[in-house]
Amino acid sequence: MSASTSSDTYQPKTNLGRVTNFVDTRVGGSSIVKEFGRKIFPDHWSFMFGEVALYTFVILLLSGTFLTLFFDPSMAHTQYDGSYVPLKGVEMSVAYASTLDISFDIRGGLFMRQLHHWSALLFVASVSVHMLRVFFTGAFRRPRELNWLVGCVLLILALAAGFTGYSLPDDLLSGNGLRIIDGVIKAIPLIGTYLSMLIFGGEFPGTAIVGRLYVMHILVVPALILLMIAIHLFMVVIHKHTQYPGPGRTETNVVGFPVGPVYAAKAGGFFFIVFGVVAVIAGNFQILPIWDYGPYDPSPVSAGTQPDWYIGFVDGALRLMPGVLWGFPFEYVIFGGFTLSLNVLLPALVPAGILFGLMFAWPWIERWVTKDTREHHILDRPRNAPFRTATGVAGVIWYCVMWAAASSDLIATHFLVSLNDVTYWLRALFFIGPIIGFIVTRRICLALQRKDREIVLHGRETGRIVRLPHGEFIEVHAPLNDYKLHRLVSFESPEVQPAEPDANGKISGTEKLRGRLSRFFFEDRVAPVTPAELAAAHSHGGHDEVETAESKAEISSR
Amino acid sequence: MKALSQKRRHPLAAIALLLMGLLVTGGLYAVAGTVNEAQATTTTYSAQDIEEGEKLFVANCATCHGLGAVGAPEGAHGNQAGPSLIGVGAAAVDFQVGTGRMPMQMTGPQAQQKPKQFNEEQTMQLAAYVASLGAGPAIPEEQYLDASEGDPAAGGELFRVNCAMCHNAAAAGGALTRGKYAPALAGVSEKHIYEAMVTGPQNMPVFSDANISPEGKQDIIAFLKTIEEQGSPGGNSLGSLGPVSEGLLIWTAGLGVIIAFTIWLTQRSS
Repeated sequence: MSASTSSDTYQPKTNLGRVTNFVDTRVGGSSIVKEFGRKIFPDHWSFMFGEVALYTFVILLLSGTFLTLFFDPSMAHTQYDGSYVPLKGVEMSVAYASTLDISFDIRGGLFMRQLHHWSALLFVASVSVHMLRVFFTGAFRRPRELNWLVGCVLLILALAAGFTGYSLPDDLLSGNGLRIIDGVIKAIPLIGTYLSMLIFGGEFPGTAIVGRLYVMHILVVPALILLMIAIHLFMVVIHKHTQYPGPGRTETNVVGFPVGPVYAAKAGGFFFIVFGVVAVIAGNFQILPIWDYGPYDPSPVSAGTQPDWYIGFVDGALRLMPGVLWGFPFEYVIFGGFTLSLNVLLPALVPAGILFGLMFAWPWIERWVTKDTREHHILDRPRNAPFRTATGVAGVIWYCVMWAAASSDLIATHFLVSLNDVTYWLRALFFIGPIIGFIVTRRICLALQRKDREIVLHGRETGRIVRLPHGEFIEVHAPLNDYKLHRLVSFESPEVQPAEPDANGKISGTEKLRGRLSRFFFEDRVAPVTPAELAAAHSHGGHDEVETAESKAEISSR
Repeated sequence: MKALSQKRRHPLAAIALLLMGLLVTGGLYAVAGTVNEAQATTTTYSAQDIEEGEKLFVANCATCHGLGAVGAPEGAHGNQAGPSLIGVGAAAVDFQVGTGRMPMQMTGPQAQQKPKQFNEEQTMQLAAYVASLGAGPAIPEEQYLDASEGDPAAGGELFRVNCAMCHNAAAAGGALTRGKYAPALAGVSEKHIYEAMVTGPQNMPVFSDANISPEGKQDIIAFLKTIEEQGSPGGNSLGSLGPVSEGLLIWTAGLGVIIAFTIWLTQRSS
């Protein structure tokens, strides 16, 4: 590649070179390659979930395109005449019949359907894990707050893509899922019924919904996802990638490998690995056997009806909600004969609202509490941000309780316990689970930090017991090498920022709250070891003489 | 001689006689058939069967169901060790004993299935005894138990409307309240499926002939046997449990393999 793009000074010698030069002098490709090819990406396995999400999305686009060639999103009635015997002659919608045809009468159709569905599950899973990694390492801090928002929007779009796709085949399972959505929409006060009529084009299920969802699923949602991915990646390029703390890694550099050539090759290979893994799963494990569920009919509801995993937490919240609690009904008729269904409205909208609200707002909440507005490119180890890690774990537990509730019936049958007991326990955990999770996680983080301090100050336990001449037994501690030491001491630990008066000398209510939160989060923080402490620890008398002698011997023997 | 014989028997007499004979036989068969169906089966067992059945009953069942199968006395909270069996019919006995649910292994929300304790003959004798106590559903006729004669598509529709809410659309079973459950239906014999429908064992409702006709029941059996034999066209069925097992697979095996690859890819040679 020429350093200069001027064609006056460079005369290519081969045909390929001439073509390349022709293109390059017109679009300036070499400067793009130069810029992106030298982009540095740090290497860590936890940084690759975003890539997995991207690759599964590509698989979704490819397999989805195949499916659109054969799927007919019509709710017109037809009689099945395909090759699946147990449904021969059954009345069904054209959408369901065409999905059956994809499964049984189109070569490779079943594999493509399963590939599409499995990669959808993996897509949302990898998006989630990617977000958890970003959250727990503090990668959302300035300057990346907006990219965190884009990521949250991508998660919601992924859920939307999944749900609209899940509802397309018009089988019993998807119809049941749509019916629940219909119920949630109808539970919205005042406008609910009208909204439902608008969405379904009349009374549920109507004849319009599959076609409408189809447009959303194959056009609107994927287009929005693509747009958001473009913004997301653009911002990654602008911000550069974050990196874990380590020797030589600072807030102003990125230590890693350039994109070209090795990293690009690795990433390209990883795409095929992901494709391969999903393909193996799709070829060997059945997913959504629509022929088992039969065509949608509003009257039957099958046992074991669940949404796909990513909508499970909403379904679980609905299952946990009591209709009547200690004589207090959550559904009543208010003035004018309107029914207010809080038993549906609260669980369907409130937990999801709280989860997503906190998720969107967290970068600003953290900034507000810590008063830390600096840029951060070095990631936190989760233990070094106990408040954040504990809050995150509390959220994860809250989510998982609701998620587990969506499979309460299967927990009951497979662990031979009473369905009612499962529900009661999960109801209790819904409230106390996050609190316990917060406390336990914070304690674990603080304990790990103290352990780190201990190791830094007194070295690593070697397990070797030495008897001194005067009879005392000691365990030999070996000091860490500088690389390991660096990881344990070079972190930031926010301190309590008490509430401060404003310009008028008053402490406002929100500032008081901030002060209280700051104390709650940071009052028992474990400070990183200072160089002075380290020096003092290494110079104080007693057994350290033996320790240093031993460690010197060990270092020289290495 | 010829004239005499001609007077004695009309030329069409043979045909008339044949017709009459057919009518009588057919009519009798029809009467016997309807009697059989309505009466359930008090007549088909010999007295010896009933006697042997009673002996088995007294030795194995009377502890809970009481002597004479009148049921155990009610306890303090209206609990009853075993209900009265008068009028439950031979089909109920054949199902409960034939699938090993009775004699009950232990008290609980529901009788568990276990290896059966009585052989075919003993089960028949027990059924004979219980059937002799009062009319009830009989052991189904063979003609309705042939899955190949049924229409699996029609059976599938009946199954989804009547059975899937407890037994799952793929007949994989499901949970009921307080530890009760609807079992998976794979591997259950045609006869036992039919008997369960007419007797409503455990928490299952009774599907009488007025509710689902014998032909409809046959269609349901045909559906169940069809989906059982065809297996899962898309690969491992993951227990036919729906999205929960699918989600579990992608979060454990799927992501696990992916993570293993990410670790491998970011590994350094040092």
